Amino acid sequence: MLGTGLLKGLAVTAKNFVGSYTSPERMVTVEYPEQRPPLGENYRSFPFLVSETAEDPMGTLRCVACQICEKECPPQCIYIEKSKDKKPDATGKQQFYPAIFDIDTSVCMSCGICAEVCPFDSIKMDKVFEVAQSNRFQGLLLNREQLAKSNAYYNEIRPAEAAEVDGRLAVERKAAEEKAKAAAAAAAAKAAAAKAAPAATAATGTTGTAPVAGVADPGRSANGIPPGSTTPATGEAGTPFTVSQPAPAPSAAAPKPPAAS
Amino acid sequence: MSADAAAQNFLERAPLELRDAVVALFPAPLQWLVSSLITIAVILTVFGVFFAFTTIAERKLLARLQNRLGPNRSGLPWLKGVKLWGLTQPFADAVKALTKEDVVPATADKLLHFLAPVTVVAFSLLGYAVLPFGRNMVPVELDAAVLYFFAAGTATELAIFMAGWASRNKYSMLAAMRALAQLISYELPLILSVVPVVIVTSTLSLQEIVHAQGGWAFGFLPQWHVFTPWGFAGFLIFLVAALAESNRSPFDLPEAESELIAGHLTEYSGFKYALFFMAEYFGLFALSGLGITMFLGGWQAPLPFLEFIPSYLWFMAKLVGMVVFFIWIRGTLLRLRIDQLTRLSWQFLVPLALINLVNAAFWALSTGHSPFLDVARWPISAALIVLPFLVMGRRLNQGRAPRQYTYAQ
Repeated sequence: MLGTGLLKGLAVTAKNFVGSYTSPERMVTVEYPEQRPPLGENYRSFPFLVSETAEDPMGTLRCVACQICEKECPPQCIYIEKSKDKKPDATGKQQFYPAIFDIDTSVCMSCGICAEVCPFDSIKMDKVFEVAQSNRFQGLLLNREQLAKSNAYYNEIRPAEAAEVDGRLAVERKAAEEKAKAAAAAAAAKAAAAKAAPAATAATGTTGTAPVAGVADPGRSANGIPPGSTTPATGEAGTPFTVSQPAPAPSAAAPKPPAAS
Repeated sequence: MSADAAAQNFLERAPLELRDAVVALFPAPLQWLVSSLITIAVILTVFGVFFAFTTIAERKLLARLQNRLGPNRSGLPWLKGVKLWGLTQPFADAVKALTKEDVVPATADKLLHFLAPVTVVAFSLLGYAVLPFGRNMVPVELDAAVLYFFAAGTATELAIFMAGWASRNKYSMLAAMRALAQLISYELPLILSVVPVVIVTSTLSLQEIVHAQGGWAFGFLPQWHVFTPWGFAGFLIFLVAALAESNRSPFDLPEAESELIAGHLTEYSGFKYALFFMAEYFGLFALSGLGITMFLGGWQAPLPFLEFIPSYLWFMAKLVGMVVFFIWIRGTLLRLRIDQLTRLSWQFLVPLALINLVNAAFWALSTGHSPFLDVARWPISAALIVLPFLVMGRRLNQGRAPRQYTYAQ
């Protein structure tokens, strides 16, 4: 009969109306500023720079200003100026560091390619999405102080991925440390042998410099990655993460090939 | 409580007494003017506020009908954290509409573009002059109030076409043509659905029509027209036609967003847009008020023991009921196509309204002849309208429903 469909429809909406008060599971609205549903594991907004510690972010940036990300960035929103001098990174090795590292988030398209190509695990994608600013250009242009965030924060926002990165870095550092130790031992043995040989040689100068050389260049192998070292910096690096997730050993030993620039 | 006692109720008399007291303060030659001005001011205020809260009620109800929350944010500017369920939203909307830039297209007819929103509000308000809002509360007592109401209400079509023409925009023009086609199509069933009431009560005065629905059958049942077979049919036809007349979903073709941007409102912004919006709701309230007066017993209480509530409150309660029903419909039904719209009117509503006219004539003629006929006319009258409804309903759908989907299953 004409009109029955109409009544059925009215019944459906009436049920919705009553149900919206009686059964909360019907309501899908998230009242955003008060209610914040968890972000997805792979959610990403803009890049940030990983530093080893939160206390001294500029001193412990992992970034070595290799500028791969700058060259890879499709919308070219990254601007890096390499430092003139070198300073020790987290592992104590002398490295360049970014004197200027700017990301223009008004240009950034959040593709995540910079994080993918970084061979030092120093640039990662953030999850902060409330980035509104009152002006158009300056507020959205982030410098390295604003971009730097600690490794602990990285572990917080991406636990699984960060654990994998930390595991890999720990393995690399340990390998480098052992290599350095072996080198130091070899140097010490050599020195001892030199001492034991023709007596009263004036080898005091070499014995003094040999361990230093071992530290300054701990296993400078052909792989070119920042290896771990025996310097106290390793302790400061604050990496209490045991190798819970044995990182793919071959890849740990062999570095990611730097992308063609 | 008898009707006379109800008429003497303090609350019932308070508004009129107050008006008379204020009017008495003025010298005699000015009293007619002051009296009219007070009436106009009260109507504008009451229905202005009613319009404001209808907008928020509509948004919240529609949201609930679709399992959403609706606007619940706006609170008070000087009290942070007080949200009041978003009830201050209409005031925020009003401020927004007032402070918006008024854009007039360069090629528009400036005068008509300005006049259209003004006239549409003016015409939609004219109908209120004859509506009986309560016992003895009619702004203007006209003998031909029904005629006047439709004459005044139809003029809004002119203003809508004015808006479409003056905007110099193809969307506006198409929408105005559609609006005209729709309004003319539905003017006919609207008036034809009201004529039976005029036949049975044999008066065109709205106040008289309300009085004709007074009294109680068996001492407690209301004798509203909607409770008679012809009145029920007439009320349903009236509802459908009123929906179409006030451009509301499912008959909101003139402003079908997916096809015509915003129809004749495309080139309007700020306060002029708000005026159109307001006029649409004023028209809806006026038509609802007419439906209440014609079929739902006007300002009268539904049961004898409820007569202590003043008559104007009953009118407003019924008006709220009608508006909520219209919102419910809007939350349920989809928009029609233009051919479906006109077919429904010309092939179904108009013939049905004409048959209902005969039905009402039978009812009026069969009154008071014999006790047997007084009982027998109920089933006869019901059959007179239900059978054509079934037959025509089947014919209307023939070959069209249920719909056969060739590809989408």
